[in-house]
Amino acid sequence: MKIDRRNFLTLGGSLVAGGVVGTTLSPLPWKLMDDAAIWTQNWSWTPVPTDGKVSYENTVCTLCPGRCGISVRKVASRAIKIEGRKDFPVNKGGICILGLSGLQLLYGPTRVKTPLMKTGNGTFKTISWDEAIESVSAKLNELRSSGKSDSVAFLSDSDQGVTAGLIKRFLKAYGSPNFISEATFKDAYKLALKKMQGIDAEANFDIDNADYVLSFGSGIIEGWESPVRMIKANSALKTRKAKLCQIEPRLSMTAAKADKWLPVVPGTEKELALALIHVILKKSLYNKDFVARNTVGLDKLTQLTDSFSPEKVSGITGIKPEDIMALAADFARASHPIAICGKGQGNTPESMTQIMAVHTLNTLVGNINKKGGVFTVSLPDYVTWDQPEMDETGTTGNSKDRIDGAGKGQYKDTMSLAHRLAGIVNAQGKNPVEALFVSGSNPLYTFTDSIAVKKAFEKIPFIVSFSSFMDETAKMASIILPNHTNLERFEDVIVSTEAGKSAIGLAKPVVDPRFDTKPTGDALILIAKALEGSVAEAFSWESFEACLEETLGDKWEELKENGFLENADSAIASNNKIDFSALTDNGLAAIEGDTANFPLTLIPYDSLRLAHMNIGSPPFLIKTVEDTVLKGNDILVEINPKTAGKLNLSEGKYAKLKTPKGTVNVKVHLFEGIMPGVIAMARGLGHTAYDDYLAGKGVNFNELIGPVEDPASGLDISWGIRANLTKA
Amino acid sequence: MKENHSNDKANKFGMVIDLDKCTGCGACMVACMSENNVPFKKDESKKLDSITWMHLYRLTNKKPFPDTEVCYLPRPCMHCEGAHGHPPCVSVCPATATDYDKKTGIVSQIYTRCFGCRYCMGACPYHARYFNWWDPVWPEGMENYLSPNVSPRMRGVVEKCSLCFHRYQLAMDKAYHEGRKELEEHEYQSSCTQACPAGAITFGDLNNPHHQVHKMVKPSKHGGKPTATNAFRLLERLGTNPKIYYLSSKEWVRRLGDNYLPEEKTGEIGNHQPKGHH
Repeated sequence: MKIDRRNFLTLGGSLVAGGVVGTTLSPLPWKLMDDAAIWTQNWSWTPVPTDGKVSYENTVCTLCPGRCGISVRKVASRAIKIEGRKDFPVNKGGICILGLSGLQLLYGPTRVKTPLMKTGNGTFKTISWDEAIESVSAKLNELRSSGKSDSVAFLSDSDQGVTAGLIKRFLKAYGSPNFISEATFKDAYKLALKKMQGIDAEANFDIDNADYVLSFGSGIIEGWESPVRMIKANSALKTRKAKLCQIEPRLSMTAAKADKWLPVVPGTEKELALALIHVILKKSLYNKDFVARNTVGLDKLTQLTDSFSPEKVSGITGIKPEDIMALAADFARASHPIAICGKGQGNTPESMTQIMAVHTLNTLVGNINKKGGVFTVSLPDYVTWDQPEMDETGTTGNSKDRIDGAGKGQYKDTMSLAHRLAGIVNAQGKNPVEALFVSGSNPLYTFTDSIAVKKAFEKIPFIVSFSSFMDETAKMASIILPNHTNLERFEDVIVSTEAGKSAIGLAKPVVDPRFDTKPTGDALILIAKALEGSVAEAFSWESFEACLEETLGDKWEELKENGFLENADSAIASNNKIDFSALTDNGLAAIEGDTANFPLTLIPYDSLRLAHMNIGSPPFLIKTVEDTVLKGNDILVEINPKTAGKLNLSEGKYAKLKTPKGTVNVKVHLFEGIMPGVIAMARGLGHTAYDDYLAGKGVNFNELIGPVEDPASGLDISWGIRANLTKA
Repeated sequence: MKENHSNDKANKFGMVIDLDKCTGCGACMVACMSENNVPFKKDESKKLDSITWMHLYRLTNKKPFPDTEVCYLPRPCMHCEGAHGHPPCVSVCPATATDYDKKTGIVSQIYTRCFGCRYCMGACPYHARYFNWWDPVWPEGMENYLSPNVSPRMRGVVEKCSLCFHRYQLAMDKAYHEGRKELEEHEYQSSCTQACPAGAITFGDLNNPHHQVHKMVKPSKHGGKPTATNAFRLLERLGTNPKIYYLSSKEWVRRLGDNYLPEEKTGEIGNHQPKGHH
């Protein structure tokens, strides 16, 4: 046969084809591949958890202000599961998604393992506790001896309990008035009680026993107040066939589970509340006996609400006049009605007008300090140490004005104005903050206008973080003095339970500390002991635990044994009459942005599946986030299909979201449950710190919004901002 | 275990989930993940390969603003009994890696037998089964919290809700040790039931008229269809005979539980069970 080109190709082709067919039909490669696959399954990639003796240890979860009792299941020394504690008065066995994920925080890779110090090139180096305490005390001694003790500020997430007490005592002895704590709607409510009744009391909402709940946007089942207690209360509402009316522009889960959802134009809730008062007064639906005995200023209230007729307010709020009338009647005629406020999880304060209007509604129906109503409670206070001996520097320092302007003039009753920190530091002229200590707080993530906050932190020469985790703020610190995590330390907590009762709880270590960390109380005592002047004398305790034991006195043993002490020395503070004339209308607290450039309103929404305060979401939480909220690294914003249609936006498409504070890329999610003209964004995403399971996913809502001060309290009440959304 | 021992009473463990109480908070999902060593990846937003034995579905009534309604629906494995103990997944498994236990009514999954053909995933009408496309990786340190009661799964196998079967085993161990053969209602509860802050999940023996689950849905003797008001099961029409029951006062939610024809009345599906095997 002549080998020409054609033959060559035919033959070659046949050989190749034959080879392929032969190999394919032969079982050998398939068998080998299958064997290889099976063989690799035997590689020891999959861990085999070690067995051991099982035990359960009780403590209190302090990951959020809810304070649930938890039971930690251990195998030998490992903690393997967190469960709700059945006999704890707050949660009675239930537990939330964050509490359940606590072990991912304890054992996760975001822990700060030793004290760290920032070096010249911006990286951290490991230092010993001795070196760390020495560096911090050297700086503090230097500032104190140069008469600048009041340039030290301390930012804390809480002002309750022994650790906060130690911080306040530290600042006092050292000579600084700048103890700054973050405010929530509860602080604003406290302020309202002070203004209306002249009492120092905490509001406790007995949803547990109410038969009609009128909620101005409070996410009762989305983390408002104590999340588990409130979810339980909501289930109890269903069982009792009690009613819940939810007023907010978006169909939140609370709205979805409510008996009635009234979508309101965002920011006009207070007008609605005033209109309800108007109707209740006009129709004489209020509890005359209670009002006559316990209040003054009814004439002023009538005068103030006179112009808030349902017809007029309907035009502002978008709620029909007849719905307003019906709502007022339903509320006033229920036997245990309660009105509540604090949007979403209630982590942002509300305007004084809004809160006083809500408290007025509660007062008009006479449901104050009664089952199913609002209890005004003075919480147990066991931090009763002798005043520290003051030297001259201390006395002078304390007589200076606070940097945030709280506690004097028109804001004399406001404790702290934390949101002003960035503005003060960034203002022209000298930065008044030479050293900032941050405990239990992550302002770089949680404060509004986070870009300005970052700029301010860059200007503060010395920042000390006590964070257990490498969060955004810790990353900016000069020195990190890592705290034990909540499962490794003692911590006292005060909890509110149903019907206005309170309890003291004690979180205790359930595992040995994993790393070279110390409780913040211990770090403070060590720093104080290394300071000059009279500071050291004010801290005679050997350790934080010793201090706790002494402070809790006869309660200590029982707390250590049981974990909580019910019916603690709380009392109902209600002797003074409630003065309606304290309620004034401060006008609209306008949100930022003009309607021409920013035709839409951007609001945040809270969910238990995304932690958005001082703790970043662990991987388990992120895993439960729906793909209509986060897809890959893109955040989706909710918009009504009608509005989207006008803007030529469709489901899942990229868009540019612009507010007066910043511009970000987002994806669009069409949702019928949101008012046209409003965009909603989840809070809790957009972290730049923590691990790969959280960092870089989505957008931090706080970057898009700035503080808006309530004229009556000075607190940041920003609930949204004007925005524009365009096709990307 | 193929057949009952003659002196043991057969249980039929199942759940009743009250959708009016469910808040969609996600606690059940995480309670399940942390109890059962369910792994996680850096990106879990591709839901098709995200392993969630307990999954929360978000339902809407599809009505425009402001008549929109939303309801969450937690979905574990339904532990179908089918007709006479033949769930769709068990029928197709070529490896006997999944089986129906007539003593407890639990559909098992034996990871070391599974060779990953995924027939069961195709057969399951509830998307309750998940395939391990990768070996699980826990970030450094996190292996510390893994429970020795549930083996972590390897790449190439299917996994799903076991109704916390290890909890049943532990409870039975204790019972046997104390000379009992029966469990009290509270002794065996799944992790999601225990965690649910809303108390929306009730767990127990559907065969036991004293157990809450039985009282809540009053399952019919044949085929288990609920007879209580507002109670329903998912895809009742298929005859899978699941042991997870739902309660909802909202008709649109109950209708979403099955493929209703417009003229069919809510709750009428499945009244005439087809006879014999499927």
